[in-house]
Amino acid sequence: MSDTDSTLSGDSTVSGVTGEERNDFNKVESRQIRDRSLKLLNSLLRPLWARTTLTIAVVVVSTAAQVAGPAIIAFGIDTGLPAALDHRWIPLGLAVVGYLFTGIIGAVLIAWYTVLSARIGQAILFDLRKRVFRHTQRLSVEFHETYTSGRIIARQTSDLESIRELLDSGINQLVQSGLYMLFIAIALFLLDWKSGVVLVIALVPLAFLTRWFASRSQLAFRETRVTSARLIVQFVETMTGIRAVKAFRKEKRNETGFAGLVQDYRAANVGAIKLFGVFDPGLVLIGNVALAVVLLIGGLRVAAGGLEIGVLLAALLYARSFFAPAQEMAMFYNSYQAAAASLEKISGLLEERPGVPDPTRPIDLWEARGDLRFDGVEFGYGAGKVILPNFDLELLAGQTIALVGSTGAGKSTLAKLVSRFYDPSKGTISLDGVDLRMLHPKDLRRAIVMVTQEAYLFSGSVGENISLGKPGASRDEIVGAAKAVGAHEFISALPDGYDTDVNKRGGRVSAGQRQLISFARAFLADPSVLILDEATASLDIPSERLVQEGLQTLLADRTAIIIAHRLSTVAIADRVLVMEHGRIVEDGTPADLISGTGRFAHMHAAWRDSLV
Amino acid sequence: MPAGEKRQGTLASMLRIYPYAKTAMPRLYLGMAAALVAAVVALVIPQVLRALVDGPLQDGDSSQIWWPVVAVLGLGSLEALMIWVRRAFVLQPATGIESRMRNALYTRLQDLPVSFHDRWASGQLLSRMLSDINLVRRWLQFGLILLVVNSLTIVVGLVFLLSISWVLGLVFLVCSIPLWIFSYLFENQYAAVARRSQDQAGDLATAVEESVHGIRVLKAFGRGSYALKGFATQAEQLRGTELAKARAIANIWFWLLLVPDVTFAISLLAGVWLAAAGQLSVGQLVAFFATATVLRWPVESIGFLLSMTFDARSATDRYFEIMEAPNTIVDPEHPKQITQPEGRLVFHDVHFRYADAAGDTADLLDGVTLAIEPGETMAVVGVTGSGKSSLTALTTRLYDVTGGSITLDGVDVRDLLRSDLRQRIAMAFEDATLFSASVRDNVLLGKPDSTDEELSEALDIAQADFVFQLPNGIDTLIGEEGLSLSGGQRQRLALARAVAARPQVLVLDDPLSALDVDTEALVEAALRRVLASTTALVVAHRPSTVMLADRVALLEHGKITAVGRHSELLATNEHYRFVISSLDDEDEELRA
Repeated sequence: MSDTDSTLSGDSTVSGVTGEERNDFNKVESRQIRDRSLKLLNSLLRPLWARTTLTIAVVVVSTAAQVAGPAIIAFGIDTGLPAALDHRWIPLGLAVVGYLFTGIIGAVLIAWYTVLSARIGQAILFDLRKRVFRHTQRLSVEFHETYTSGRIIARQTSDLESIRELLDSGINQLVQSGLYMLFIAIALFLLDWKSGVVLVIALVPLAFLTRWFASRSQLAFRETRVTSARLIVQFVETMTGIRAVKAFRKEKRNETGFAGLVQDYRAANVGAIKLFGVFDPGLVLIGNVALAVVLLIGGLRVAAGGLEIGVLLAALLYARSFFAPAQEMAMFYNSYQAAAASLEKISGLLEERPGVPDPTRPIDLWEARGDLRFDGVEFGYGAGKVILPNFDLELLAGQTIALVGSTGAGKSTLAKLVSRFYDPSKGTISLDGVDLRMLHPKDLRRAIVMVTQEAYLFSGSVGENISLGKPGASRDEIVGAAKAVGAHEFISALPDGYDTDVNKRGGRVSAGQRQLISFARAFLADPSVLILDEATASLDIPSERLVQEGLQTLLADRTAIIIAHRLSTVAIADRVLVMEHGRIVEDGTPADLISGTGRFAHMHAAWRDSLV
Repeated sequence: MPAGEKRQGTLASMLRIYPYAKTAMPRLYLGMAAALVAAVVALVIPQVLRALVDGPLQDGDSSQIWWPVVAVLGLGSLEALMIWVRRAFVLQPATGIESRMRNALYTRLQDLPVSFHDRWASGQLLSRMLSDINLVRRWLQFGLILLVVNSLTIVVGLVFLLSISWVLGLVFLVCSIPLWIFSYLFENQYAAVARRSQDQAGDLATAVEESVHGIRVLKAFGRGSYALKGFATQAEQLRGTELAKARAIANIWFWLLLVPDVTFAISLLAGVWLAAAGQLSVGQLVAFFATATVLRWPVESIGFLLSMTFDARSATDRYFEIMEAPNTIVDPEHPKQITQPEGRLVFHDVHFRYADAAGDTADLLDGVTLAIEPGETMAVVGVTGSGKSSLTALTTRLYDVTGGSITLDGVDVRDLLRSDLRQRIAMAFEDATLFSASVRDNVLLGKPDSTDEELSEALDIAQADFVFQLPNGIDTLIGEEGLSLSGGQRQRLALARAVAARPQVLVLDDPLSALDVDTEALVEAALRRVLASTTALVVAHRPSTVMLADRVALLEHGKITAVGRHSELLATNEHYRFVISSLDDEDEELRA
């Protein structure tokens, strides 16, 4: 075969989130996916080994106590009863006391064990939740722009949910049932080895059945993961865009689409449950047949006088008990398969390497001056066309630069490169002589802040949203920032002022007000380099005027890059750069350029005309 | 007794699922019957053993041993078959109910007014749509069936036990009384925690959603680890709740294991004593324990079945919180028709305040009276927060007026079917929402059956010809699952969408804010052609946008304080100049 391991390294087919909606993996790919899932599982369990060991010890003892039950009853009937007939009550007393003792031990330990295993399960979940969240934050903007938010949400909600289900009940079932079966098998062998052999033989069809279930259910559960993620994607999109949905009467069309996804999800679930619907009674059947066989060979021996009735009874009780936990094991296996499908997806997401990686040996920059340099920078999105070809530029510390030019000239791209949403494909961008790729992330983010047109508010109060710029800021600082950008007035007018919840009680703020809040955020962050990418677009003129006044002070001692279609901001700039097709075509002070005859002079004239 | 009332509560709460389950009930009953047969068969097998021990084995007749073996084999197969049958019966109805509930929730959420969505965090909606409904399905599939069947099994088993030996049976019955008490206590302990855990899971989903939707802000400020800290705190709370749940379960488990063990010990003592006294055969004693062993699992299972039931109950409560949320914006009972559509939009003394606004404040819109004549373009101007966007949202009933009325061609908008109204009035929002679909589907959202000519005309008006340069032209997938577009591009598509809907009335909320001056001029020129024949309400922040309008209305303190031509107002109204003119002193200097 040509598909050898060497040619199919699989690196491009299933690494990260690539191919996560597929369900037709070849052997190499399957192994790769399984390996990364197991690696993740391993790393989650490793810190918990001491606790896990304790838990297993508790289960071993408690299960032993439980298993002793039937043996004690057999003892009570076989030894206690004849003795009682002779008026000797001690054996019976022993049996009763022993039974009580084991019962109490078993109950106490199992209760303890329930709490212990919940601790382990919750610790794993907590760890995993944080890892996924942290990793999501680390992944580049480029990744987020191609990987739907709904799918990341699905990874962090429904996929984690199925792992939670496994941890909630599954581990109990596995350890307890496994041990229970083992103990019962040992007890049965000690009691009557011939009956024990029957059980061992019964394990053969059991193994075949399990194998069949394993291979089929893996596919089925993968399907449920994919379909539930699609469901979540559509749901989140509808709820996020509910105004547009209503305004354009998309409800009916959405319903049809959603119903289709619900149907797919249902079909996937039915497929998975059906498999278990064969597996489960299959186990019962194997168990009952084994019971009949134990009865047959035991009964024949009792009839022939070769076996005590009590022993046969105990053997039968054991045989029956042996298969009861087998069903629980099956349930565990079922949850395990479901969780494994989720773990595949999550481990894939965690495997994604951030496109904009943190430096391995970061350079600290405690006090940034704000000198920005572009040296031979080249950049294009993905494999698309080059937006910035061989770009050189130097921005001196403290300068306020207005970046103008038509849509698609590369202004926003420049801003995204400076704030390191993306890395250039060639050349370097440096802050105070330090390549941004080498700069310590915390210093980079403290030094360079970007405010965009999209002013997202998180749930919480207005004050909390502003303090995102500087976590732990005092109320005075927050109010000061709001005052500086002219947001104080409208915030004070909200029902609870700065404590108004943005989702509740009149916290609905207009797009313009959201922008003011994000300005206050930036003000509070106090960066050395501030980038305003169309940050004033939604402001009305009085607000813009207030912001302008604030900007004068805000930008006084820092480097600022202002991208604006409205040229009102340009007046306060020290330097205007006109961009065209990824190149600087004009560069000078506003006054020089306006008095000239170039593009900027034309743009400025057009803008003046638009004002009246 | 409060616990009794609560139990009623659980039942009443779960009964609300019935409408979704109605058609599936016969199969659910059949499933229960099959489960019951399986359980009874499991109980009969020990009886066969008893007959065997008391009969052939006592006699030492090995030829007699075959029929009990065959019986055990047959009954054992029957048990397996019945389990299969139960699953086969229950699977379709349970997943069917799940699907119906899910679709109903989605439909309901789309129908509920925007004010509802303002209030509800999206993660809470998501957790209801997925995990809560899944819980209910699982409960229907296993929980309900096993709860009924196991309870019945216990009853039938008790009858068997009593028939074997009424003394031993009575011992068993009396000893199980504490279990019922503990189960009652368990509900008190568990139900509240179950609900809290689901709510916290919903909050966690909200945090996840926001961290993804707000990723750019978090990145721009380098606040990933700060967000993580907040998320970790919430996750920690959920962990605390889950551990509280585990402790409650551990508690009930303890009793569910201990009580049967004590019962067994007492039964052993009593049984052997009775046998010694000659009142019980060995076979009876064996059968008693075999039966009692079969009953152990149904008894122990009560613990997790109850916790599952309470989980499902609070999931049901959470589900119906949405389904039963009052919908304030509904279609009228007797919808009216617009007989002569012209596009006259009139605000009659319109009052509006958000339902949760503080009590002592004035209405946001405090008596707006404004008439927009057919074909006229009216701009609305006012400071940030003056209620311009709210005013536009009222026209298509995204919110309803709290006083006064809005009429379209003389008909109150509340007397029209919502779909009819929204077909006549199309909106373009400040923040342009694009869906994961092709450019074509996004633009033709309001009128999917439009021709390609109409599509390109709309794109042309909005100056959105950039779409033809996209990899697959107008069939390029855009939105979250496709190509990401810039703010200006999105805004132009949103505008094209409103235009393509070919409404009688266009409502544009600051539609050109993200466009550069050149593009804006081109869009305006094209838009004027459309607006010549279409009534339009345009929220404007800039003089350039105002230029689109025939007249301008100035919104101030919730009222329209002036209506007139731009130049008139500029000359006569100081507040208007304050709002719309950026020619301040400094600019004047620059100009000079």
